[in-house]
Amino acid sequence: MQDKNNVVEYSKALPISIRGLTKRYGSLYALNSIDLDVSSGEFLTLLGPSGSGKTTLLMAIAGFNRPDSGSIRFGDSEMILAPPHKREVGMVFQNYALFPHMTVAENIGFPLKLRKIGSKECQQRVDEALSTVQLLNLGDRRIDQLSGGQKQRVALARAFVFSPRILLMDEPLSALDKKLREQMQIELKQLHRKLGVTTVYVTHDQREALTMSDRIAVINEGKFEQIDSPEFIYNKPANSFVADFIGESTMLPVKKKTSGDLFFQDILISSGYSNSSQEEWLLVIRPERLFLVEKNNLDSDQNIIFEGVIKEFVYQGETAFALIALSDQHSLSIRFSTDSSGSRDNMRPGESLKIGLKRSEVIIIPENSN
Amino acid sequence: MGFWKKPASETQITHADRLWLYIVALVIMLLLVIPSVIVVPMSFSDSQYLEFPPSNWSLRWYEEYFGSAKWMQSTITSLHIGMLTMLLSTPLGTMAAYALYVSGHPASKAIFVFLITPMIVPVILIAIGTFYVFGRVGLNNSIGGLVLAHTSLATPLVMIIITAALRTYDLNQERVARSLGASRLKAFFLITLPQIRFSILTAALLSFLTSFDEVIISIFISGGVNSTLTKQMFSALRDFIDPTIAAISTIMVFISTALLLTTQFIDIHQREK
Amino acid sequence: MLLGLATPSILTIIAIIMIPLGWLFYLSFIGKGGEFSLENYQRMIEYKSYFRVYIITFEVSILTTLVCILIGYPLAYFLSQLPQRFAGFFMLTVLLPFWTSLLVRTYAWLVLLQKKGLLNEFAMQIGLWETPIKLVHNMTGTLIGMAHIMLPFLVLPLYGAMRRIEPEMMQAAANLGAKPVHAFWKIFFPMSLPGMVAGSLIVFVLCLGFYVTPAVLGGGRVVMVATQITAILENQFNWGAASALGVVLLLATLVILFIAGRILKLDNVLFGRS
Repeated sequence: MQDKNNVVEYSKALPISIRGLTKRYGSLYALNSIDLDVSSGEFLTLLGPSGSGKTTLLMAIAGFNRPDSGSIRFGDSEMILAPPHKREVGMVFQNYALFPHMTVAENIGFPLKLRKIGSKECQQRVDEALSTVQLLNLGDRRIDQLSGGQKQRVALARAFVFSPRILLMDEPLSALDKKLREQMQIELKQLHRKLGVTTVYVTHDQREALTMSDRIAVINEGKFEQIDSPEFIYNKPANSFVADFIGESTMLPVKKKTSGDLFFQDILISSGYSNSSQEEWLLVIRPERLFLVEKNNLDSDQNIIFEGVIKEFVYQGETAFALIALSDQHSLSIRFSTDSSGSRDNMRPGESLKIGLKRSEVIIIPENSN
Repeated sequence: MGFWKKPASETQITHADRLWLYIVALVIMLLLVIPSVIVVPMSFSDSQYLEFPPSNWSLRWYEEYFGSAKWMQSTITSLHIGMLTMLLSTPLGTMAAYALYVSGHPASKAIFVFLITPMIVPVILIAIGTFYVFGRVGLNNSIGGLVLAHTSLATPLVMIIITAALRTYDLNQERVARSLGASRLKAFFLITLPQIRFSILTAALLSFLTSFDEVIISIFISGGVNSTLTKQMFSALRDFIDPTIAAISTIMVFISTALLLTTQFIDIHQREK
Repeated sequence: MLLGLATPSILTIIAIIMIPLGWLFYLSFIGKGGEFSLENYQRMIEYKSYFRVYIITFEVSILTTLVCILIGYPLAYFLSQLPQRFAGFFMLTVLLPFWTSLLVRTYAWLVLLQKKGLLNEFAMQIGLWETPIKLVHNMTGTLIGMAHIMLPFLVLPLYGAMRRIEPEMMQAAANLGAKPVHAFWKIFFPMSLPGMVAGSLIVFVLCLGFYVTPAVLGGGRVVMVATQITAILENQFNWGAASALGVVLLLATLVILFIAGRILKLDNVLFGRS
């Protein structure tokens, strides 16, 4: 129950603890016995393709769908049966869902009015929230007079103005254009730091997830594939789904030989796998980790060297990108930074070349691990 | 470049090429409107007979109407029944539309189809069916019986109008309101209702008119002091054409036009929002 | 549970529509002596007069639908080609009759169509015919009156379907080399067909059960099922016979809607999940 007189401080964030959460639609598992812990004040992103269950999970936390089984705890209280309006959870929707029949200030004041907060304090907190999202003088505007970015900020202000202990966001930036989106990502991150509220953020945009999160939970077909910090997710993907979904990557099949070493064709990739029963592995290569080998004296103890033929070369401004055929079946993507000289005469399709990868950058994951 | 030379279609047909279409459409529209309009001059005729244009003008048919206890009684009955039908079917239809649309339950579609059966079943069957059953439970010739019958005709209309309104409405708003601390009931009344109120008003007006204009069921199950206006008009039309009908018709046309214009005004207002 | 909000409506429909219909169904199998019998249905087959009622009903319904298509298509096309603002204004001419009482319109046609009525006078003045023609208290009057009443039911869905045809379709057709006439018949017309069929279907089904207009404008000469049912109840008080007529009418309606629904996915057309 909520104590009307006790105005919760922004900093009083609550941890979320989810156990065995299952939600089925017919025979389809939208959520398949999911466990998740979000610590107090953390920014956690649920990342997954559409239909992966990320929105179902968010809606379950907000109370808009009733899971078939499992537990959702905010701090010490079990919330699984609590109706949405008793959960004290701020929520930002994809399309903002601002109330068109109310002004900006009325929208933001709505949760305060419901909590019977006096008009003076209400006014003060609305102004505070407006200034937090840098819309201080727009309180009297109608919703249809706002730009996309402004609507976004109003939706945000409305979600945190009543000092919820948990903030949920469902792809809040997807309706904005690229530039504004990237700007808002930074702003959201700053806002989160200021409010210190436990935040669960849903997106299908892996770059957005990498930019903003303390941790990312990669979800697919109702199950988590990996939950880790952005750096870990990127550098140590748990399986091919994560490797493929996050960042650009090329995956090459590698086979274990009797020595316990892994080979791609006849190139030694990695050693020390003699204890594993797994025979087939994948080498995950991030395009930007590859480099052009221009000298012939490169140390092959420290580096893997591939030879191939350029199939395609694309100039993209700050970086350039080449597709290299290693053999008939396999090719690699390589990305490198550009410079003002602009001339890469040796990068024409048909040219053969060598590319290197530091052994310390090697990412090995089991085949069929997913 | 004159109007007639300007292109009127994506295929660059000019307005002049389309002249035939404009004339045909104009004639059709004229034919559509004339019957609703012609009763106005008719009602001011001095003649016993159906002559047009009237040779002499008078207000005698209005005097006849307002002076007749029979007509007055039945008008009041009809208004009474129309109001009650509106007050009953509007909330019923709105509740059903909301429930079926928002719940997204697998059975929603089947229930929707079930609830619009009154629009599919020939009214004559509803008329004799209710006549028979109401006869057994003593509801014939009563206001209550007719209100119930008209409510089941008007509720599907309300439901269809409200469902259409809910479709253009973003239900996330209600969700957000609930996450902000409003109960489902509060969220509906504070957020959803204000935004579909014009559709509800339109639905209410239409359900009033559905009852007020309804003929067949009224012929069967209304009677005595609770005879409706339409029942009286129908017998007056079928047996002997009483010119008083022109006066009544004029009044009814004005009511309909007023209601129609109200809904149109609402519609424009809604779109501008 | 949210669905519970629909309960009052469901109960009303059950009590006011379903129970009476069930009762009529039952009555249709009760003979004169109060025992179970099929005599009410046999009579429909044996007596030509009963059979004729159905023939006339279908005849009137089909003709009315055809008249509506003939008049409604150009009108809907005209409206769909106007800018939205003007279309709204001209649409009032369709909506006004829609909102005007059926009785008022029927009465107005009685006035317009009579021997000394406006239509006869006008036709003779411009020399269409020389002596007044009997336009009312017969099939002609019934058709005119019914088409007028039914037209909005055709025009509204048809107009909707036409509005949904993207202008780019016609531009593409022209760009690909279609003459305007071809573009219309090959692209626009087929795309407007679902709306037309849906509208015609509504008109046809509504016509089947029509009572007031044929009763007044038909002057006793156009006896449709609904008229016959009333007559049987008024004159003979034979509930069995009246119910059986009604049951067959209802079945005909449902069969038509069912078949059409199968072919058309009618719920999509009618309830606009486009």
